[in-house]
Amino acid sequence: MSNDKLQTATVTSADINDIKLQESLAATAAQPVKITARDVKVFYGDNQAIHGIDLDVYQNEVVAFIGPSGCGKSTFLRCLNRMNDTIDICRVTGEIKLDDRNIYDPTLDVVQLRAQVGMVFQKPNPFPKSIYENIAYGPKLHGLAEKKSDLDDIVESSLRRAGLWNEVKDRLNQPGTGLSGGQQQRLCIARTIAVSPEVILMDEPCSALDPIATSIIEELIDELKQNFTIVIVTHNMQQAARVSDRTAFFHLGNLIEIGATNELFTNPKQKRTEDYITGRYG
Amino acid sequence: MTVAETEKKPLPAPSKVQQKVQQSLARRQRQEKLFRGVGISAVACSLLLVALLFINIFSKGLPAFWQATITLDIYFDPAIVKIPEQPVQGAEESDNDFRERDLAWRSAVGMVNYNRLIQAGLEKVIPDALQHRRDLARIVTSGERFALRDLVIADPTLVGQTKTLHLLTDANIDVWLKGNIDRSLPDAQQQLSAKVREWVDQLAAEGVIQNRFSFALFMNPDSRSSLASAGLAGAFMGSLYMMLVVILLAVPMGVAAAIYLEEFAPKNKLTDLVEVNINNLAAVPSIVFGLLGAAVFIGWFNLPMSAPVVGGLVLSLMTLPTVIIATRSTLKAIPPSIRQAALGLGASKMQAIFHHVLPLAIPGILTGAIIGVAQALGETAPLLLIGMKSFVASVPAGPFEQSTALPVQIYLWQGNELRNFFEARTSAAIIVLLALMLSLNALAIWLRKKYEKRW
Ligand SMILES: Nc1ncnc2c1ncn2[C@@H]1O[C@H](COP(=O)(O)OP(=O)(O)OP(=O)(O)O)[C@@H](O)[C@H]1O
Ligand SMILES: [Mg+2]
Repeated sequence: MSNDKLQTATVTSADINDIKLQESLAATAAQPVKITARDVKVFYGDNQAIHGIDLDVYQNEVVAFIGPSGCGKSTFLRCLNRMNDTIDICRVTGEIKLDDRNIYDPTLDVVQLRAQVGMVFQKPNPFPKSIYENIAYGPKLHGLAEKKSDLDDIVESSLRRAGLWNEVKDRLNQPGTGLSGGQQQRLCIARTIAVSPEVILMDEPCSALDPIATSIIEELIDELKQNFTIVIVTHNMQQAARVSDRTAFFHLGNLIEIGATNELFTNPKQKRTEDYITGRYG
Repeated sequence: MTVAETEKKPLPAPSKVQQKVQQSLARRQRQEKLFRGVGISAVACSLLLVALLFINIFSKGLPAFWQATITLDIYFDPAIVKIPEQPVQGAEESDNDFRERDLAWRSAVGMVNYNRLIQAGLEKVIPDALQHRRDLARIVTSGERFALRDLVIADPTLVGQTKTLHLLTDANIDVWLKGNIDRSLPDAQQQLSAKVREWVDQLAAEGVIQNRFSFALFMNPDSRSSLASAGLAGAFMGSLYMMLVVILLAVPMGVAAAIYLEEFAPKNKLTDLVEVNINNLAAVPSIVFGLLGAAVFIGWFNLPMSAPVVGGLVLSLMTLPTVIIATRSTLKAIPPSIRQAALGLGASKMQAIFHHVLPLAIPGILTGAIIGVAQALGETAPLLLIGMKSFVASVPAGPFEQSTALPVQIYLWQGNELRNFFEARTSAAIIVLLALMLSLNALAIWLRKKYEKRW
């Protein structure tokens, strides 16, 4: 019952929030659009997982995807760097543009796309190689370093930006799999930024981590925002509220609502969003 | 109201739950004990059987590594060894001409009656030798005259000198001295004449005949005229050439097929069919592969009969499914997160597989391959059908020459009429085969450890 009161209270302050929303939208809209998705549908065999989603991601913003389990957040995220290509039964229709270039264009090489749109996975997945080689693999693959010293520089700066350098600088030749879970996830982030992508996709990057490791990664995301556009899937609504500029709420394969994060959490426009963020289902 | 609340039902009281758990606990413990008992007795049974097998084989086979050998001073009498001068290649002479002259010289050396040298040697240690010339000829096994010939060919200056040699005695003498025949049997049932038996016992007592390590078993090919010098070298080399063919053919082909099927092939009806057939192929009785080999490789491709290449090809066919299945299951076991990580960084599928998946799969692939090769090494049935069971009295110099294989040699010796001698020799051959297999398995374990150690 007290919940309802709270709800009415927020409704009464709608005007104030509306102004805030206008401001925040204006702030993000000042940035050029990085990714445009139009009428994206995804099928797993005969099963439709995504039912036509339109969404824009602006440059240098952090967008969070929230929604109940199985609603298609990961599926949609994987469309953005065509990781769905690796699933045989998966089919994607619609249009997704990165900087005005259709990423499903047959003339575009996924290798190039994935160098532009990096990904961090739910479970830390360092290669069973040394820390150094984990970071150096991407740059070597794309020929980003001509000399060994260039490569060393990339490794150091990537690890520094991921906030891991001081912890691992003396053990670069030891296996990456020997690090703690939180360190491994930061290693994966460092590995992703080592190829200098423009967009970083993160699928529940903190779900396997303790609160301290989580807060380190959240701080990291805040810093990375300066240089990268970030799309993050999370089940933790506090996390979405803390790190993202805008939040998108997914439900049963549909994008229900997207808006400035503080706006969406305090004044959701849709009943379903409200139900979800107030914990009625999920 | 949430879903959970609507479905709430009264739960049983905690004390009752405890009671139930106690009851089921006793039953569970009994089941566990029973299962453990069954498991332990199964392990004990198989260990016992393996122990029996090994005790049986080793107790029979080990004595065969030492053979009754007679030590004689052989005088290379120039009156008997009348040979021309060994040819030397002239400055003007072509290689072909020289080879012809050399061959003529060798055959001249081969014409010498070396048995007379041996008999002269025997006369020195047996006082009444001259009265029993026929018995004398039965002491040293007939193949040893070739050993003398080879000595002369290797060093013609030997003529006119005396050399102390260890010569193998006849197989029956070995049997007699090792007690593998009933000494109380009447003369008619003895293989050796009474005189020879008397001599041999005397010589053994004097230490002229001793058990010495039998290099013949390892250095000689099979023999039917001189049973005591029958060896494994021919079969061993035949098996080795076949292994070579299998390793060069089945392993790379199997691994490549597995990688393609597992990582690249589209999942459709056709690949399903291929998969089912590969699994079926692994279950096809090996003798069928022999028939196929005889028809295809010998019938159509006109490859030589009894040759290790054909054997190797047939065994490759047989090993292929094993390698494919082992490699595929290893590839399946590599966590997909590694692949995703590489793909997410912009590696192509091929790069992801070759840079990350395969290095992790190598220990498993190697183990599968070596187990397949070891299996092929022990296979007998298909080889019988492509003529590898024929008697071959030479060591093959290449994979296209006639030869037999270790397991087939075991089969052949097992069937030899001189049971008393070949029973031990068969077991000795089994020991050699087992040793070869165990070393292959050891290699598999070592490789596994070596590549796993890195992480
Ligand atoms: N590889 C796949 N094959 C078939 N169906 C899939 C596959 N991956 C996802 N799906 C289906 O697509 C739908 C969306 O799944 P998705 O993983 O995108 O959900 P999610 O929002 O990420 O859930 P969670 O929060 O639990 O990670 C689900 O119904 C799921 O069953
Ligand atoms: Mg997900």
